[in-house]
Amino acid sequence: MVAEQRPDLETIDMPINMGPQHPSTHGVFRMVLVVSGEKVVDVTPHIGYMHRGGEKLMETMDFRQGIGYADRTEYLAQFSAELGYVLAVERLMGVEVPERAEYIRVILTELNRLTSHFMFAGAFGIDSGLFGTSMMFAFREREFIQDLFEEISGDRLMYAYFRVGGLAWEVTDNFVQRCHESLKTAERGIRDIDDLLTHNEIFMGRCQNIGAFTAQQAIAYGLSGPMLRASGVPFDLRKDEPYSVYPRLKFDIPVGNYGDVYDRFLVRIEEMRQSVKIVEQALEQLPPEGPIVAEKLPRRLRTPPGEVYAKVESPRGEWGVYLISKGGDKPYRLKMRSPSFCNLTALREMTIGQFLADAVMVLGSMDIVLCDVDR
Amino acid sequence: MMRAVILAAPSVDALDNPALSALLGLIVITLIMTLGVMFATWYERKAVARMQQRLGPMRVGPWGLLQPIADTLKLVSKEGVRPASADRIAWDLSLAAIFVPAFLVLVAIPFTADWFVSPMDLSLLYILAVGGLSFIGFLLAGWGSDNKYALLGGMRAAAQLISYEIPMILSMLAVVMVVGSADVYRIILYQDVVPLIVWQPLAFIIFLTATIAELERQPFDIPTGESEVAGGVFIEYSGIRWSLFQLTGYVNMYAYSLLGAFVFLGGWEWPFGTDIGWGYQLLLTMVKMALFIVFFLWVRTSFPRLRVDQLMSYAWKVLLPFALAQIFLNGLVLVYDLPDVVLLATSGGGALALCWLVYSVVRVKPRQPLRMVGNVPATAPGSVSG
Repeated sequence: MVAEQRPDLETIDMPINMGPQHPSTHGVFRMVLVVSGEKVVDVTPHIGYMHRGGEKLMETMDFRQGIGYADRTEYLAQFSAELGYVLAVERLMGVEVPERAEYIRVILTELNRLTSHFMFAGAFGIDSGLFGTSMMFAFREREFIQDLFEEISGDRLMYAYFRVGGLAWEVTDNFVQRCHESLKTAERGIRDIDDLLTHNEIFMGRCQNIGAFTAQQAIAYGLSGPMLRASGVPFDLRKDEPYSVYPRLKFDIPVGNYGDVYDRFLVRIEEMRQSVKIVEQALEQLPPEGPIVAEKLPRRLRTPPGEVYAKVESPRGEWGVYLISKGGDKPYRLKMRSPSFCNLTALREMTIGQFLADAVMVLGSMDIVLCDVDR
Repeated sequence: MMRAVILAAPSVDALDNPALSALLGLIVITLIMTLGVMFATWYERKAVARMQQRLGPMRVGPWGLLQPIADTLKLVSKEGVRPASADRIAWDLSLAAIFVPAFLVLVAIPFTADWFVSPMDLSLLYILAVGGLSFIGFLLAGWGSDNKYALLGGMRAAAQLISYEIPMILSMLAVVMVVGSADVYRIILYQDVVPLIVWQPLAFIIFLTATIAELERQPFDIPTGESEVAGGVFIEYSGIRWSLFQLTGYVNMYAYSLLGAFVFLGGWEWPFGTDIGWGYQLLLTMVKMALFIVFFLWVRTSFPRLRVDQLMSYAWKVLLPFALAQIFLNGLVLVYDLPDVVLLATSGGGALALCWLVYSVVRVKPRQPLRMVGNVPATAPGSVSG
């Protein structure tokens, strides 16, 4: 039977609203997908649900209060964010940070990278349709590191432990031992996730050749972090523009060959192994005693007029703070360069032409933090 | 051997009426199955939790055993919301269209040698035919919900169920050819010495794979994929309607596990014969059924979800040709009256060929590993190396 021709009816592609309350948009992110059957024709990302005017807020706070706000921006890699902000202020003021404080900062930042990537691995497994097993494996180990952070800073989420010129207070007595224990559990977690996902046939079939970006495309879109390195660009701020004590530590940068979702996953897993190596070396080199905050700091921090851009390699990429000061105890203008936001710009090009299910995978592989996107 | 009907004690005159006794049997089976499903939800949560290094429900009752009762009470007392723009007829009909076939399947299943609701000569055909009806319900629910996720889920469900029905029925057909009967009862009796999984390993593998897809469990839970279509066809259903859908899913799991246990693992017949009494028969059935269920749970915690195109190509390009090959080989054995060992050889060879094909052709090719860029001299600030 031939279907009746109805000139008043037409075939259109179907727009689907995904988010802000969708299980796999990683927070309050919304994208309007236009699908033709199962294929994605167009994507329109909508952001801003988490916008709190963070940059403006930080301009109204003095330099010490701003640290807490850096936590709230990048809530999965708080120490990286704190470090970026603190580095900016220190460079403007010309403060020398004691060696012990630098080492502890690096240790905590790298442990924080582990927790962040654990979070990624767990959530990405769920994005790919695994029923929570990866999440449980990842969070089991993440919890140990989280406990360590809580012991040191007194908070599970908003650490606010770094200070301009050093650290807020001395670490606990058993810090080194606790770090070693955390590393041991972290290694077990990396191994478990590796066994569970990396060589899983279905996982490989789902991830490979999805959302692939060449090195040129990645640079053109301003990607950074694992997204950029998966595309074959060996660019890591810890190596290329070293800060803190990173030049003294030996580690490798994993670089992908294909630039697809699977490579991004592999790069992150490998980065976790490298982070373990970094922390182990830093623990060896950590001076057992010494000051943890720069001497002769005024009670009220004031910077000379000027501007500075400090950036760190956060788990998501280049997290930068651009700070203008006209003197005084508050920034005149503060701009945060968040890797989540810049990486998210590639979503449209990566997703168009893929399956609906792959759009979720591509978004998951970006490992965005919505507070960091919207600020 | 007498085929008694469940609950039909010969002394009760009223139950001599076959229609009445069948109805009674259906009611009893529905109640038993509902209780069984409640246990299955608890067991699934516990087993999956252990696999994920959690405890699972622990608060309600000892080891959380009363959790399903609490869940049921909560679900039944919840408000059943219907979207204002839903197609009311399709919305309500879908419930029946999914719910009823699942329970009707149980009518033809012989739980022990004497216990089943209705004897049939073509019970396997009946089970497959009625069990295959549920895709109508998914389409109705997908369309009637007036929700794009539900629509996508409904379309996915229809495509998936129809696609995997075919290899599954063909694998069953292979068994029917060997046994010479489409009666589950006869198939069970046939396996008094050796279960059919030995003679038909290829058919078993196809059946097992297709069953997971039919049940829409991971890794084939594409129609309801939480991370993609956020529940699929069930997205707009709530309260008692939603719980009926879930109930149906578990009943189907029981039904297909029982079918697998009867057709391939010898049911209550193998290895002790028929004369061990109904209690042991029931126990044997339960154990074999549990093997399937545990396998489903194990798979559920281990595998991510397939993509739609991968799912389809696996059904049509891999499972279907092999199912046809199995039938063809069985046909050769029948026509030339070859000994049973040939069955084992051909089917075993086919199973190995399937494994080889999946391993070498379908499998994702190994790729170049990551490059490790170590200890590069720091490049000039602002420049991008590589």
